[in-house]
This record gives sequence, C-alpha cells and structure tokens, in this order.
Amino acid sequence: MEFISVFDVIGPNMIGPSSSHTAGAVSIALMARRMFRKPITKVTFTLYGSFAKTYHGHGTDRALLGGTLGFDTDDVRIRDAFAIADRQGLEYFYHIDGKTHVRHPNTADILLESDDGSSMLVRGESIGGGKIRIAQIDGIDVDFTGEYSTLIIRQEDRPGIIVHIAQCLADHNVNIAFMRLFRKEKGGMAFTVVESDERIPQEIVAEIASNSKVLDIMLIQA
Amino acid sequence: MDFENGEELLECCRSDNCMISDAMRKREIETGHASAEEVEDKLQRVYEIMCSSIEEPLKRPQKSIGGLIGGEARSIMDHMGDGGLCGRFMTKAVAYSMAVLEENATMGLIVAAPTAGSSGILPGVLKASMEELGYSRAQFDQGILNAGALGYLFMRNASVAGAEAGCQAEVGSAAAMTASALVELGGGTPEMCLNAASLALSNLLGLVCDPIAGLVEAPCQSRNSVGVANAIVCAQLSLSGVRHQIPFDEMAHAMYCVGREIPFELRETAMGGNAATPSGCRLRFRNVTGEHGCALTPLSK
Repeated sequence: MEFISVFDVIGPNMIGPSSSHTAGAVSIALMARRMFRKPITKVTFTLYGSFAKTYHGHGTDRALLGGTLGFDTDDVRIRDAFAIADRQGLEYFYHIDGKTHVRHPNTADILLESDDGSSMLVRGESIGGGKIRIAQIDGIDVDFTGEYSTLIIRQEDRPGIIVHIAQCLADHNVNIAFMRLFRKEKGGMAFTVVESDERIPQEIVAEIASNSKVLDIMLIQA
Repeated sequence: MDFENGEELLECCRSDNCMISDAMRKREIETGHASAEEVEDKLQRVYEIMCSSIEEPLKRPQKSIGGLIGGEARSIMDHMGDGGLCGRFMTKAVAYSMAVLEENATMGLIVAAPTAGSSGILPGVLKASMEELGYSRAQFDQGILNAGALGYLFMRNASVAGAEAGCQAEVGSAAAMTASALVELGGGTPEMCLNAASLALSNLLGLVCDPIAGLVEAPCQSRNSVGVANAIVCAQLSLSGVRHQIPFDEMAHAMYCVGREIPFELRETAMGGNAATPSGCRLRFRNVTGEHGCALTPLSK
C-alpha cells in the first residue's frame, strides 16, 4: 500500500468547492496542457455526465480553463480564469453534453489548438479525491494518471518500436514501473505509455525520436 | 516506524512514551522520508491557508457560486454577544467551521481535512481554541498531527469519501479526528484520544450524504457545525473519564460497514434526503443544466 502522509489527510490544499469536480478538473486540463506543449490559442471543452449537470455550481468550467492556463489545483487565480483567459487572448468554448454515455460520470474532453494549425484532443476522467485518469488521446483509448513520471510516445503501429523504446530506457538505467501499448486498428497510429517511479531523463526524448516510426513524444515528470 | 490501526498507534505511543502527534511526526520523517524542515514548512502552509479560509468570509462574506450559502459565519459572529447558548469557544468554532465552507463554495483556497465537504471542523476548533483556550501556535500543529494520525487510519482502514460511505465518513471522521486532537491538547492520554474519536464516530454513525443540488454547500455547511459540537462534546466526555464500550478500531470498521450499507441515493448522488425533498428539487432545478423539473421521487413516498 502506498504511504499516506499526514498531508494527504490534512490536504490537499485546493481551490474549492469539490475535489472531484473542481480540483480534478484543474488537473485534467493541466495535464492536457503539458501534453500539448505548444502555445494554446483556442480550447474547447466538452463536459459529460455529472460534469455536464453540475459544472456551474462546482466551478468546473473555471477549473478546466484555469488548468489550461497552467494553474495548479491550489492557485487562487482559478476563480478569475475567465478574465485572465480574455486578457491573454485565449479563446474558450464549452459544450455541455448530458446525453452521450461515458464510462465515468466525471468526464471531460479538451480540444487544444495552436496558431500553427496543430491540435490535440484529450479525454480525462476525475476519479475521486482529486485524482484523475487520462482516458483518450485523439480518440485512441489510453490509461495513465500522471502520478508517475510518464513518457507518451505516438508512433506508427509497426514491429520493433517497443524494443527501440525499451533499449533507450535501459541505456539510461530507467526502471519501468508500467509499460503499455494502445492502438485503435492494426497498422494505424498507436501510443506507448511508459511510467517510471523516478525522473525520466530529458535526453531520452531525442533518442527515442530518432526512430522514423516515432511521430511524437510527450514527457510528463511526476 | 509505522502503525496500521489504533491498537498499533497506542503501542507506538507506549513504547516511545509519546503522544499521538509525536508518533505521527516521527512516522512522517522515518517512514515518509520527509525532513523535519519539510514537515514544519508544510504545517506552516496548512496553518496559513486554514486561517485565511476562516478570515476571508468573515471579512468579506459573499454568495456561493451555487447560491445556497453565504454570510452565515459572519451572522453567527455578529449574534454571539457574550457567548449565547453555546459559549464563546463553541460559538466561534462553529462560525469558523462554517466560514471555511463558505470560502470553499466561492472557489477560495482551503485545506481538505480530510475532505473539502468536511474541511471546516478541524481548523474551526483549533483556531477557536487558540483564541479562547489560550493554546499556542505549536499546539495548533500538534492538533493537526494528532488529527492527521486518525485521519490516516480512516483512509487506510475505513473511508473518508461521502460517495463511498456517506457523510458519517466525512463529517463523522473529521469530528472524530478533531475530538482526538482536543483531548491531546487538553492533557489526555493517547487512549483517551481514541476513546473520544470512538464516541464521536458512534454519535454520527449512519449520517447520510445528501447535498442539495449536488453542491458542496448545504447541508454540508451546517453539518460542519454539528461536527464541531460533536468533537467538543466527545473530547469533554473523554477527558472526564467517560468511556465508549466499543474500541476505536472496531468503531472505524463499523462506520465503514454501515457506510457500505447506505443506499446509493444517500451517498453524494443528490437523489435522497435533503436533496430529494420538493424544496431540494426546486433548488436543483435552479442550478442544474439540462434537466427539466424534478425527475426524482423522494425516498419517503
């Protein structure tokens, strides 16, 4: 069992009112921002399930926008997220979808767009107590939490890439806690997600990228 | 050094001849690999946020974003006079605990203790005890560590989530943690701390989680006030030698078992209790988008 600190009990320090509907929403958007890594000029949120029903009273809309702006769950600027986004020229839109069935009641899709035409669609779930799970990237099912240092590799679904990734990690003596491959269809696009207990050295990114079948790499340190 | 239940916590305190707060601090450093300075820094941050989350709504009361609460804490302070029915200590503790819920419901910064919905009880009581009982800043930290030890045991062996085990797991646990902290600060033994917590859990056993319109506003805010009263009463009982027949570990397990038997409608889904009354449904309709009228039938039909 993972160590429960006194500050896990008397904590987290968070912007209210709800760990699942506010703090969790901030964390999902912050994670999406860190995965996208480009200046965000437009963001579109789609809220499902319980998020769609009670987003206003829980400030879920401001929480999602605050996370997109790079605010953490204890940042008092979240309350003023609309005004700050307006000042920064970040366009934001909300779709409230109470009809579509989703697996988890607290689910949001976040479409991040940049001026250069690139975009990324991230689906996150707030699974309770402020904890989150990233459930989809660009329509492909994935599964990670960001609690570990995480390497997300977008690649073509071809033989040999896993070996290449594993070799790069071994060269840097990184111990893999979890490693999983996700894809939609054979030969299409796939994601490898690697989670590690320790920091993953930044140099690994360039080394993994040297394989021509690797399309993009995201590194999120815990 | 670690402990996994109340009995082991008492054993740690006996073998080290220390209080629960000392044992928790030691565990944080030895098992959690934190430095003493890190613990101090985090305690300082907890203290600062707890104080500001009490003071802000008293200075500048405002309506919550869900619109159900706002200004109650200030109103209680304005009507306190020379102590009213509850006396200055309890009245302040109640007002402070409700202030934190106002801060929480206006997207202010709070410390979950152990949850956002129950975040008022521990800071409310500790701050009021500094002002009215003359406790020091160091004793505030002592209270946090003592309460944190019990909260850890609830998280480990029972639950502190309303969605899992009802309000008894949130406000009940917070009251039990706070009762224990008060006993230590009042000079009681670790055994008396756990006894007070047992009493507090037992008193709120079965309490359902039925937030109106699904918001962390009402009845959460006033439930924090009863959590405060329960904590103070149980600490007083335990310091007077009144014992609960059921030991702490059995009581925590009983709370968890009762929680699992609370129907789904009464575990944070806003489908029962206060939330499912006609008035509760009207408030839900006002707040909730995409739903037309009350689709829910009160459980008591």
